[in-house]
Amino acid sequence: MAKVKSLADLRKMKEDLQAKVHLREKGDNYESLVQVKVGMGTSGIASGAKETFNFFIEELEKRSIEAVVTQTGDMGYSFAEPTVEVTLPGKDPIVFGGVNTKKADQIIESYIKNGELVEGILPENYDTIDNK
Amino acid sequence: MKDIALHILDVANNSVSAKSLLTEITIDEQPDANTLTVTIKDNGRGMSEEIAKRIVDPFYTTRTTRKVGLGIPLFKQNAEKTGGYLTIESKEGVGTTVVAMFVYDNIDRPPVGDIAGVMTILITGNPEIDFIYTHVFKEKTITFDTREIKEALDGMPINNPQIVMYLREMFEENIQEIINNNSN
Repeated sequence: MAKVKSLADLRKMKEDLQAKVHLREKGDNYESLVQVKVGMGTSGIASGAKETFNFFIEELEKRSIEAVVTQTGDMGYSFAEPTVEVTLPGKDPIVFGGVNTKKADQIIESYIKNGELVEGILPENYDTIDNK
Repeated sequence: MKDIALHILDVANNSVSAKSLLTEITIDEQPDANTLTVTIKDNGRGMSEEIAKRIVDPFYTTRTTRKVGLGIPLFKQNAEKTGGYLTIESKEGVGTTVVAMFVYDNIDRPPVGDIAGVMTILITGNPEIDFIYTHVFKEKTITFDTREIKEALDGMPINNPQIVMYLREMFEENIQEIINNNSN
């Protein structure tokens, strides 16, 4: 049987990582990173926010996008869970509703990578370029 | 909620909002005694006896954005469906302890679910808060303490994506091991 991962291995892995990753100072340049907040209130969790959260963690890492993924409380849009707030560096936060893994993929590809908005922005009266 | 792990994620988030600095989560599986007990104990701000009593009422919530609070009532309902119970003990300024007992072999008992994933979310989503997770299966116990994990990381952020993924595997493998070892 393969050896079970332990804290000792974690220590080793940390050393390897430290060599590769350039360490960010604590909270120093948070603003220069993409921030993703997944709403994890009762309604969010019941609608699959956990899968959405894991998807963002894994995919942003795979696609080499430096981002901070965190969880937050309920955003009050229980009809459109799971909800995700995305803040691109230097931009206003945007909340997307109904973010399953497929939608999350679109958000990464279109909005996070290229700044193109995708459907499902909350609240629904959000000003898009079209109606300005 | 599809499984017990999701209830834990939900209820432990209450501890986070109550400004708990150390939240202890335990799943105690005792198939021989036919019980599965979940304990979530925090040292947050706690609440008065009166509020603790009302918290199981789905139409009671401390939040102002809407009028329902379903986290605890759903947890209680699921525990009671199996013939178990849910209790809340709380003291203002000391903390809150939620205990949910499920009858192990009841057909309505939800599966434990992806507890490793849930603990990873709690830990990495709240890097400034400490968690202790204990999983008991019959005689065997495994405990993870984020204070030890942070010490091992020695300043490396616990929410670094590669560390997040490592932690999830570490939790998963260790929990699976105590369960496998017992059933052999």
